[in-house]
Amino acid sequence: MSTAPSAKDAQAAAAPISRRAFLKAGGALVVGFSLGLTARPGRAQTEARGAAAGPPDAELIDTWLAIHADNTATLYIGFVELGQGTTTALPQIAAEELDLALEQISTAQHDTHVTPNQGGTYSSASVARGGPQVRRAAAEARQALLRLASERLGAPVEQLRVEHGVVTAPGTDRRVTYGELIGGRLFEIPFTGTAPVKSPEDYEIVGVRAPRKDLPAKVAGTYTYIQHLRLPGMLHGRVVRPRGQRAYGAGAKVIEVDETSIAHIPGARLLRRGDFLGVVAENEWDAVRAARDLRVTWDDTPSLPAFDALYDTMRADETDDVVVLERGAVGDAFERAAHRVSFETRCPYQAHATFAPNCALADVKADSALVICSSQDAYGARRVLAPILGLPEAQIRVQYCESSGTFGHSCYDDVAQAAAIMSQLAGAPVRVQLMRWDEHGWDPYGPAHVGEVRAAADESGKLVAYEYHGWHHNWSLIEPSQQLAMGSEPVPWPFLVSQQVSPQNCGAMYAIDNLRLVNHRLDTARYLRAAWLRSPLDLSLSFTSEQAIDELAYRLGEDPYEFRRRNIADERWLGVLDAAAEAAGWTPRRAAGQTQGDVVRGRGIGLGTHLASWGGAVAEVEVNKATGQVAVKHLYGAIDAGLVVNPAIVEAQIVGQLVQTASRMLLEEVTFNEHGVTSLDWASYRVIRFEDCPEVTPIVVQRLDQPYSGAGEEVMAAAAAAIANAFFDATGVRMREYPFTPERVLAALAGA
Amino acid sequence: MAIDIRIRVNGREHVVSAEPDTPLLYVLANDLELKGPRFGCGLAQCGACSVLIDGVERRACVTPAESVEGQEITTLEGLPAWFAARRGLENVPALHPIQQAMLDEQAPQCGYCYNGMIVKAAELLERNASPSDAEIRSAMNGHICRCGTYPRIISAIRRAAESMRSEA
Repeated sequence: MSTAPSAKDAQAAAAPISRRAFLKAGGALVVGFSLGLTARPGRAQTEARGAAAGPPDAELIDTWLAIHADNTATLYIGFVELGQGTTTALPQIAAEELDLALEQISTAQHDTHVTPNQGGTYSSASVARGGPQVRRAAAEARQALLRLASERLGAPVEQLRVEHGVVTAPGTDRRVTYGELIGGRLFEIPFTGTAPVKSPEDYEIVGVRAPRKDLPAKVAGTYTYIQHLRLPGMLHGRVVRPRGQRAYGAGAKVIEVDETSIAHIPGARLLRRGDFLGVVAENEWDAVRAARDLRVTWDDTPSLPAFDALYDTMRADETDDVVVLERGAVGDAFERAAHRVSFETRCPYQAHATFAPNCALADVKADSALVICSSQDAYGARRVLAPILGLPEAQIRVQYCESSGTFGHSCYDDVAQAAAIMSQLAGAPVRVQLMRWDEHGWDPYGPAHVGEVRAAADESGKLVAYEYHGWHHNWSLIEPSQQLAMGSEPVPWPFLVSQQVSPQNCGAMYAIDNLRLVNHRLDTARYLRAAWLRSPLDLSLSFTSEQAIDELAYRLGEDPYEFRRRNIADERWLGVLDAAAEAAGWTPRRAAGQTQGDVVRGRGIGLGTHLASWGGAVAEVEVNKATGQVAVKHLYGAIDAGLVVNPAIVEAQIVGQLVQTASRMLLEEVTFNEHGVTSLDWASYRVIRFEDCPEVTPIVVQRLDQPYSGAGEEVMAAAAAAIANAFFDATGVRMREYPFTPERVLAALAGA
Repeated sequence: MAIDIRIRVNGREHVVSAEPDTPLLYVLANDLELKGPRFGCGLAQCGACSVLIDGVERRACVTPAESVEGQEITTLEGLPAWFAARRGLENVPALHPIQQAMLDEQAPQCGYCYNGMIVKAAELLERNASPSDAEIRSAMNGHICRCGTYPRIISAIRRAAESMRSEA
């Protein structure tokens, strides 16, 4: 059994106070957390650096790195820890270039006054986008340190050796540490652009299965989540909204509020700005009770399509159409093709359903504000808070603190705005935590999707034509707190590739000469609020697309793995397909050969990704045809994400992706009626639990010679398709709608 | 009207002033400033707030603080000492074997649900030294992990069971 470093060790390693802190502490903005909670790592540096609003200059070494007198370092990164291992993987890159041990590097929390702006923790890009920046900064720092060491030791830079931050001149007994060299001073050196970086074959820390730095405190129970933070003199707050959002464009309109309904709770206060309602109290339970008891009459005009009419409404609605990709002549190719399939699917709204309801703390004063939240983009949150609070951006400091895994844009910005609005109204610091029904009911969901695909192959089994049409709406730009408080118009997100039919999941993995992809965008205001949910749109696209490909293989009498293999030219798609098939012990045969009996088993294969990287998966399922119950027994998932900095962390990410995909395909579905959302807790919005959890086999396809790309969501589309294809193999019937509830399964089997 | 409530948590007596219907969770998190039990749903559906009450896992979010007066409450923080007391160990280990196993398996991702996972698994291992896969899944089914780390939690429970048997 290995020896676990205790949480105390973890805190101690992160505690050294930099000279920067020593030099600047006089002017520091002091952010106090109540006694009894452990001080956050790197707090002293954070306070010292926070004297001026950021972002700091990205071309300075000091922006990224501080070397402390005790020969440890703090890395300042603009990405946040979400449980995905960013605070381990990025230090691995820095430690590698600096020749420090991983234990010598800690990270500071993302903070608009402290850390650089790396553009938000989105698209699994912490390592893909942040890695090269950190690598470059660490290499620049190493070059500067070696120059100092060369002077100190009287030896040319080329002859120096570094290990664990100790520089030696071989053949002499002279040595000096980084800590002694920089002696608590700032580097005050801009990037030279000439610092050499290590070659991947020399890596000793990158590519290693280093244990996660955040886990000792997380299992000991000493880790500080945002829900644990308290500000001196603060009030506890809760938002008051209808249970379940209406259409995005409808917002929520207050007809009447009866303030006397909370008069029995002494100390509870109603706060109101426009249609934004909140309650505060010194005691948290009083705030919870006040939010529960406050009598509000809301405008209840129907604003949504009926649940059963959703997809027909989407299909009939006006759309803004864009041809995403077109090559060859799809129409002619279809007419000439020997084998054709067409396939339509309907894919639900799904919720982030973040496990911990989002929480934020705000202290808004007349001329400045501090907002602590779990936004994946502190700088973005600050930009939006400025007009809401009527303060210049530079007067607002936004600090990140981890909540539970969010898997995309959940209510973290919404609750940050709520806390800020309530603090401004109350004239005191306010902590707001959402209730379960707020989080489930006001989430910006992953949007529903209607897919129509047709694909064709020639006599020899070569794919010759492919066409995909997808209907869905964009994400919602304005958070409910802003919308309700300021009466803001329901603005959709501007264009982003993640909001439309993506080539990566629609045909691009296959060598097809004639291809056409069309995106049909609906008006967001008429539907539910939406945002990116882990692997946005990809599960829906792949569920549709890869079933059509699979069906072609079936029509041709071919094994689905071999059919795909023959139609792929790209070696990285082949790599993940082969890796998943090999792990699963795939033996070629035509699908749906044994579909008799009440309980049938099947296996399926699928490909897919999210924008970058490559994902392949195999699923094994069991279907009870009498009850309609589907069990995913085993999922194998392979990711090629280029050079993988920490394979153990990527394996953990694959495990989570596979389990979550099983959950989304079998169980998850936001429900609503014309008046609002009705799936408001874990009973009405079901997610996978222990008893239904599949076995999982994660596979990392390591590519040392390729750039880092994302690994936090890139096998979900493949796994979704594999599950659908396995269902077909088991039953001989195709599912056109998910989740695969018993009711839907029985209907599909009966209609076959 | 707030009343004085006397509760015993991790071997220590506390007197807090609270409304009689205040759930135990708010007392533990706010008055006692404990970080183990935490809010997840307030509906006893997820297990984020789990504590042991006289050795039995219960949901602090729906348990009125007043109702557990006179009972022994153990939170994640007190689990190593609780374990040591049950086993008659002279020294309290830094971690309960299930905590160590969770670390060895590198099981958590965000880790927010691990309060409940660890508390529930410790309860299970106390009454079943060699739980089968089906017994583990059944016992743990009331606890949600949104990150999907269930497979590693199951492995960690098996690993902890083994280490507890070998040390017994």
